[in-house]
Amino acid sequence: MSNLLEVHQVSKNFGNFTALNNVSITVPKGSIFGLLGPNGAGKTTLIRVINQITMPDSGHVLLDGEALKNHHVRDIGYLPEERGLYKSMKVGEQALYLAQLKGMQKAEAKKRLKMWFERLEIGDWWNKKIQELSKGMAQKIQFVVTVLHEPKLLIFDEPFSGFDPINANLIKDEILRLRDNGATVIFSTHRMESVEELCDHIALIHKSNKVLDGNLMDIKRQFKTNTFQIGINPNNSGLEQELASKFSVTPAEFKTLGDDLKLNIKLSDNESANDLLSYLNNQGQISHFVEVIPSANDIFIQTVKNN
Amino acid sequence: MNHLPLIIQREYLTKVKNKSFLIMTVLSPLIMIALITVVMYLSQMNNNKQRTISVLDDSGFLTEAFIDTENTKYNVLTGLTLDNAKKLVEEQGNYGLLHVNKIQNFDNVGSAVQFYSEESPSLSVISSLENKIEKELTNQNMAQKGIDLATIKASKISIDIAQENFTGVKSSKIDSVVKLAFGGAAGYLLFMFIIIYGNMIMRSVIEEKTSRIIEVIISSVKPIQLMLGKIIGTSLAGITQFVIWIILGGVLLTVVSAIFGIDFAQAQTPQQELMLQAMDNPGTGEKVQSLFTAFYNLPLANLVIAFLLFFISGYLLYASLYAAIGAAVDNETDTQQFMLPILMPLILAVYVGMFTVIEDPHGTVSTIFSFIPFTSPVVMLMRIPFGVPIWQQIVSLLLLIGTFMGTVWFAAKIYRVGILMYGKKPTYKELLKWIRY
Repeated sequence: MSNLLEVHQVSKNFGNFTALNNVSITVPKGSIFGLLGPNGAGKTTLIRVINQITMPDSGHVLLDGEALKNHHVRDIGYLPEERGLYKSMKVGEQALYLAQLKGMQKAEAKKRLKMWFERLEIGDWWNKKIQELSKGMAQKIQFVVTVLHEPKLLIFDEPFSGFDPINANLIKDEILRLRDNGATVIFSTHRMESVEELCDHIALIHKSNKVLDGNLMDIKRQFKTNTFQIGINPNNSGLEQELASKFSVTPAEFKTLGDDLKLNIKLSDNESANDLLSYLNNQGQISHFVEVIPSANDIFIQTVKNN
Repeated sequence: MNHLPLIIQREYLTKVKNKSFLIMTVLSPLIMIALITVVMYLSQMNNNKQRTISVLDDSGFLTEAFIDTENTKYNVLTGLTLDNAKKLVEEQGNYGLLHVNKIQNFDNVGSAVQFYSEESPSLSVISSLENKIEKELTNQNMAQKGIDLATIKASKISIDIAQENFTGVKSSKIDSVVKLAFGGAAGYLLFMFIIIYGNMIMRSVIEEKTSRIIEVIISSVKPIQLMLGKIIGTSLAGITQFVIWIILGGVLLTVVSAIFGIDFAQAQTPQQELMLQAMDNPGTGEKVQSLFTAFYNLPLANLVIAFLLFFISGYLLYASLYAAIGAAVDNETDTQQFMLPILMPLILAVYVGMFTVIEDPHGTVSTIFSFIPFTSPVVMLMRIPFGVPIWQQIVSLLLLIGTFMGTVWFAAKIYRVGILMYGKKPTYKELLKWIRY
């Protein structure tokens, strides 16, 4: 798979403050790439470098194999976290203006806007002013404006903030549809459940440095602890002590139908799931056996704490 | 990609379609004219009031001196004592009583005249009385001393020095006045334009920050393009407003003066008085004649070209600074600390222009200030009607354009960083740091 975006060794200082320190990321074509990190880590600065809003002190960025140039703004759609629209301008006029700034012809922009407005059932807003709309409604317009020029690269910074669950879902489906139509998406958020749901690649930035990146599944494999969650109805009551002496055991929480013993069992590197399973097989009635996969949330917290 | 025309168009249209802008455009000349009309009307009413002044002349010299005018009626009393006269005047509700003592000779008449009234009299009444008495007594004094009035009148000589420079261009005092009026108007116009529309640019930048649209926009266009688009768009809207004001004001003035019969030309401002003095009150025809000559004597082509160049560069110089301030702050209340350094040179320029250019258009002070870029647009515009060597104009303009490019560069730096900074009021030190980002 080729990469749509490559960021090479980018650094940026603001006076004495280092916002980015030799950060490199590669975003594969057609992926949804999660850009994660605590507040103030440097995510927004990195996104601004990609958007040519901020010039890096060193390093360079390649989009589709080409060094970033002015005309690349047409290939990027950016929904910033600090977003808004001209309050006293009409919805339609404003959307047309922003589309033209992205290099679209007026007629073409109008056609596509009508289509999008119909899809999202907001057609009758065309002549309303932004100040007459609710925040969620304005966010919808903002989303349409971001994707209207059908860019190769879409950058969303907290795209779901301000949306109710129904509209958040609607936007999520639209993002997936855009990806299926060939767009690549960079997605910056603090909501880890959206990361689990959408992202196939992630990068984690902490204190201006990239501390982790790669395919989300690979990272999970890397972070797996060989831990299994089991539910068992023991034959004898001494099983819990016996297990505790043989393995590293912590209590687990999940729902079962019976009054089963519920545990997390961490195996050492030379033990396998099959060993554990065949051992448990003789100890009682097994109702639950599943590998514990580290969540994006766990990975995030663990990585940030360790750095 | 050049989005400048698109940005200019949006800025222009939003400004022009804005309700408060429309209201201001229509209302301002209306209010101005209404105010002028009211003031003129009131002062005319004030003048129309007739007052009666009683005169008790014990000297007998002044019986001929007081002739009734439109506003003042003189009531000459005879055969009354001063006390009775006072009582009578008070009863009749007259404006006042002028009393002249018996005069032995003309050497010490100074203390012989006195004015009695209920309220303290107006300055103009007193000076007009003094004038009349002085004139009459002087004439009689001369007659008594055997000086022939007719001879004096006949021997009076009036001089009007003809002015001509070494290349043979003739000018006169009225020329200077016309030049002053031109230069003053141009300089003042620039000053007003900068203050009104500079503020408008600043507010429009702040609006983009507070509505948080700025980051969306500058992911599509370069900040300097956005800034220049804003400046140009707002200025065009400003020019539109100015033109409408002038046309509307002119039409209204004509209509109002026709309806109310107020002669606005009669209203004399101090400048006009100066003008009249300079002209030494020639006949009306002569007046108009000399005004036209003065007008044609102006270096018109030079004036128009210089006006355009200095006006545009000077305006852009300040406008870019206003844009930078707008970018640096979050709301209008925070702008105060940055406004002062902008307003100072501007106000200085206007005062220097008003005082030194009138005094000596080619003196050291006015020459120096017409080269300093922050004051040169105003001061040079005031000087040019008096004929400034072309090389001086060019040097000054080059300096101005150089500085203008410097401030645009500086403002663009501040703008680029400032528009993405929220929530904090920056200090001057931080602004300087931003330039290096």
